[in-house]
Amino acid sequence: MSKNNTQAVKIEISNLKKQFGTNQVLTGFNLSIKEGESLCLIGTSGCGKSVALKCLIGLISADSGSIRVDGHETIGQSRAENETLLRRFGMTFQFGALFDSLPIWENVTFRLRQKEKLSKKIAREIAGNIINQLGLAPHVLDLFPAELSGGMQKRAAIARAIADKPEILLFDEPTSGLDPITSGVINDLILNSVNRLGATTLTISHDMASVRQIADTVAMIHQGQIIWCGPVADMHNTGIAEVDQFVNGKAYGPLTSNPPDTNVTQHSEMLV
Amino acid sequence: MIGFVQSLGASVLALSRIIGGIVLFTAIALRWVLVPPFYGRQIVRQMVDIGYYSLPVVGLTTLFSGMVLALQSYTGFARFSAEDTVATVVVLSITRELGPVLAGLMVAGRVGASIAAEIGTMRVTDQIDALDTLSTRPMQYLVGPRIIAGIVCLPILVLIGDIIGVFGGYLVGVYNLDFNASVYLSKTLEFLEFEDVFIGLVKAVIFGFIITLMGCYHGYYSGRGAEGVGKATTNAVVSASILILIANYTVTALFFG
Repeated sequence: MSKNNTQAVKIEISNLKKQFGTNQVLTGFNLSIKEGESLCLIGTSGCGKSVALKCLIGLISADSGSIRVDGHETIGQSRAENETLLRRFGMTFQFGALFDSLPIWENVTFRLRQKEKLSKKIAREIAGNIINQLGLAPHVLDLFPAELSGGMQKRAAIARAIADKPEILLFDEPTSGLDPITSGVINDLILNSVNRLGATTLTISHDMASVRQIADTVAMIHQGQIIWCGPVADMHNTGIAEVDQFVNGKAYGPLTSNPPDTNVTQHSEMLV
Repeated sequence: MIGFVQSLGASVLALSRIIGGIVLFTAIALRWVLVPPFYGRQIVRQMVDIGYYSLPVVGLTTLFSGMVLALQSYTGFARFSAEDTVATVVVLSITRELGPVLAGLMVAGRVGASIAAEIGTMRVTDQIDALDTLSTRPMQYLVGPRIIAGIVCLPILVLIGDIIGVFGGYLVGVYNLDFNASVYLSKTLEFLEFEDVFIGLVKAVIFGFIITLMGCYHGYYSGRGAEGVGKATTNAVVSASILILIANYTVTALFFG
């Protein structure tokens, strides 16, 4: 991955706020991603990672703040401008979000076929080349998402995200629910795809092995704000208790608000 | 007393919110029905789902309704020696009311539920968000083709249902009640006017719109998880069925009132 500090800022998110009812999810979210950089966003479940990602891509409207892509403000832009912006992004969702009713080759070439009239033969060829790069067998092209394993679905989702050669790639928990070997394969595929495209990448992950493998920079979100952002090599020496607990996977610490209730165990034992 | 007023106010506000949401959704849906690009393959797929696969259920429903209508009319009219009006009663009841309403309710049960479940599942599995990220407007891709297919297919289904329903009445009339076949047919056509069939088809267009709109609306705003999709499915069928009955009365009152 790119490690050049002199690169221009690709994405600049400043003081982003988002509230759902009385739940303030983002409370002043700031993040800067350089061109070609691979940044991993980590944080506990429900801390606002996916909301931040969806605000960035315009799927959720932020209440206030600023999101700039190549210096262009995206908050408050028209629907047409947002559609133009979206063409520069490729995204994979946590559970793949492949279209159930379409075979894999149509899933992979979905955006290409919306943009230009491709014949079925050419679209299948393009999809075949992409899934081949991602280590999927040619027969997968005609299968439907429900017929694939979790790992294969993740690969197909990555294939769909990179098919149109986007400038910016967003991965929402690309290795969740996968075994360590398949996770490693997915991480390699992400690295290879991103390097080939030279894309700027923002990945949400809970999987620290993945973070170490694919990230240049790591940012941790807690209570709707970034509490630490720095090179992946420094994430074990931040001096911040929350980051230390998360990175090292400690059960108890500042992120765990309720210590275990020993009485529960006793009651359970009594029941047994 | 204050508690009662509060709960009444909350109910009125909730109802207003639902009606406002449906009106807004309808306006946006209509816009995407009329504005290109039109997703031809999606429209054809939905026409097969909504039209072709609903044929058996609509056919069976109207067949037996026509048959039972002939039997009931005969036993009723025999009391004042008006048995020869059975064919007329069957054809007018089927074309004006039973054909469109029964087809509408059966399709609401079959198709409304299926649309709500499919779009609801797409919502909870992020497929609708994925459409957005792939430069495709979800309303245009998912809702537009279904509404077009609904308003095209329902009149065809109703027309076929009308013919099958009248044929059901003919079967009972000729083979069970011993009417003369040619007399039964001539009585069927004698009082049937173009307006009777046409208004049934107008109703079918409206019912097709209602069924697909309710399926899409409840699916699109489905709650999270399996429970959310289940509720969306139920709400789609119930709301479509109620709106079909209201629309049926309104159209009937407008044309025949």
